[in-house]
Amino acid sequence: MNSKTLMYILKRLGLAILTVWVVITVTFFVMRAVPGGPFLSEKAVSEAATKALEAKYGLDKPIMEQYFTYLKDIVTRFDFGPSIKQRGRMVTDIIADGLRTSVKLGLIAAFAALVSGVVLGSVAALRRNKVIDKVIMVVTTAFVSMPSFIMGTLLLVVFAIQLAILPANGSTSAGLVLPITTLSLYPMAYITRLTRSSMLDVLGQDYIRTARAKGVSGLNIIFGHALKNAMIPVITYFGPMLAYIVTGSLVVEQIFAVPGIGRAYVSSITNRDYTMIMGTTIVLAVLIVVMNLVSDILYKVVDPRITLE
Amino acid sequence: MEKKPFGLHVNLDSFIPATDADKEYMVQMRPSSTFFKDGVTRLLRNKVASISLIIIILITLISIFLPMFWPYAYDAQLGVQPGKMVDPSFNNLSPFEFGKTELKRIAEGVNVFPHIFGTDSAGRDYFIRVVYGTRISLAVGFFASIIVLIIGMTIGSIAGYFGGKVDLIIMRIVDIIYSLPDMLMVILLASILRVTLSAVLEGTVLEKIGSNIISLFIVFALLYWVSMSRLIRGQILSLREQEYVLAAHAAGAKGSWIIRKHLIPNSISVVIISTALQIPNAIFTESYLSFLGLGVNAPMPSLGSLASDALNGISSYPFRLVIPAIVISLIVLSLNLLGDGLRDAFDPKLNS
Repeated sequence: MNSKTLMYILKRLGLAILTVWVVITVTFFVMRAVPGGPFLSEKAVSEAATKALEAKYGLDKPIMEQYFTYLKDIVTRFDFGPSIKQRGRMVTDIIADGLRTSVKLGLIAAFAALVSGVVLGSVAALRRNKVIDKVIMVVTTAFVSMPSFIMGTLLLVVFAIQLAILPANGSTSAGLVLPITTLSLYPMAYITRLTRSSMLDVLGQDYIRTARAKGVSGLNIIFGHALKNAMIPVITYFGPMLAYIVTGSLVVEQIFAVPGIGRAYVSSITNRDYTMIMGTTIVLAVLIVVMNLVSDILYKVVDPRITLE
Repeated sequence: MEKKPFGLHVNLDSFIPATDADKEYMVQMRPSSTFFKDGVTRLLRNKVASISLIIIILITLISIFLPMFWPYAYDAQLGVQPGKMVDPSFNNLSPFEFGKTELKRIAEGVNVFPHIFGTDSAGRDYFIRVVYGTRISLAVGFFASIIVLIIGMTIGSIAGYFGGKVDLIIMRIVDIIYSLPDMLMVILLASILRVTLSAVLEGTVLEKIGSNIISLFIVFALLYWVSMSRLIRGQILSLREQEYVLAAHAAGAKGSWIIRKHLIPNSISVVIISTALQIPNAIFTESYLSFLGLGVNAPMPSLGSLASDALNGISSYPFRLVIPAIVISLIVLSLNLLGDGLRDAFDPKLNS
């Protein structure tokens, strides 16, 4: 690794930290801008009770002091404070609970999307302009044009209600099949298209022709020479893919009643559980920013041909 | 006239007035084509893009004009008549079924317009709700893209033209906004803005549009201009090195003149394409937010909120989900394909 690469990584890291700080700051001040404050509810709460609640959550202090306390708690202790609506529970604990399910869901979906996408993309590239290529391209175009909530509900209607072969409730392991499928179809379609175009690009290179001329068999060319280089653009998609899976899981967990972080987030929005909204937004944002950072750096490090600016 | 082979005088034959045959030879067989006409011809030759264009035009026309002729309103609960008991027989009708009072009128020989897609749980004609929802979704997509276009174009051309410190500062801001997880920020801002805005908007003209849609526009204005401004900046950076810009400078043209007369017209095709591709993105976002309950205000329907509402009766009335789902996918798919077609037709540099 040369100094140029190191400089790039440092620069990218700086931007990531700055982004996380912006997210925390925006989230904090946006939440404080809500009229009436977090304790404004349908039930009339007495003046004294509101005062007591505000004192309990530290809302009676000056706003800048609150901000710095909040920032310090997150950075030093990973503490987002107590949930406003779920009495006696810390936001960090609720998030950790939800993440356990959601991470499993997301990782399996990402892995499935990656494997099937690369395979389908390679097949399409190798059979370019044949029937199978056209079928793959049409199907993936359709998948890319379908919002995740529509995909999810259609799968629910077909497999859980009409055919009744898979459970609709996502709280069991078998119930995770449909949510995982829903989450992986869009990234799969995207990776397929990405792999196809980069594979076509690679197959046109001189070294592939040389390999063919030397008599290397078809499969060896694919696995030994082409796939390695064709996979490089796919790395750049890791970050966006995670972002898609995170936002997709918000609706998918809602549809299939999966007890994950996405469902907790959506219900915290409807309940106006402000500390919970802030905490979840920040955690998910950090996840996405870190993944973007990793995939960007990986991309530059893996391919020595890419010039760094 | 005889020409002397070594004479220096000109050949007078060349100066004889042209005959009709000669003139005909000079007539332009094809009128010269402009860049725009050329692009349109190329676009129409592309079958996929033309079909997409036709579908979009059809859907747009239907969503604009059909509600004017339709006998039912999108928010009319058919079972609710002033001064009478609420008639629940109108709720949850299947396609082509009728409510009790309507059946009585049919028995009396009155022609009653059918409910093509039935009615929803509140007894509202579902077909007109889908049509109206399509109109809302299209409008949101269109106006959001226009907002993104205006803001992105302004900031991008300023950054690209002035360069230096201005450019550096703008591009750092763009970098940060670009690396923000957009959907999370959209959800966060939309969930807060709708609460904040509904108080502010009360009693104004904008109230009719609804705080949720306005907050959606604000979110788009805040977050989505970055890629557009990056694109325009890149275009301008490459364009301003061209000789004709230098010539304009030498002739004493001011900065704003050069931006308006040279830089924008030359980058317009790229801009149109990415605006076209922005529309499905906005429709996507709107339907996603509607699904989470952050979309349009009730009783106004959008395709996303219709799909979301349908989730409650999904086992008995799956078609209520399938219909808006098909419409939304059709719109997004055709817009994406049209955008690809536009790119092929209007961006000659891509043809290599």
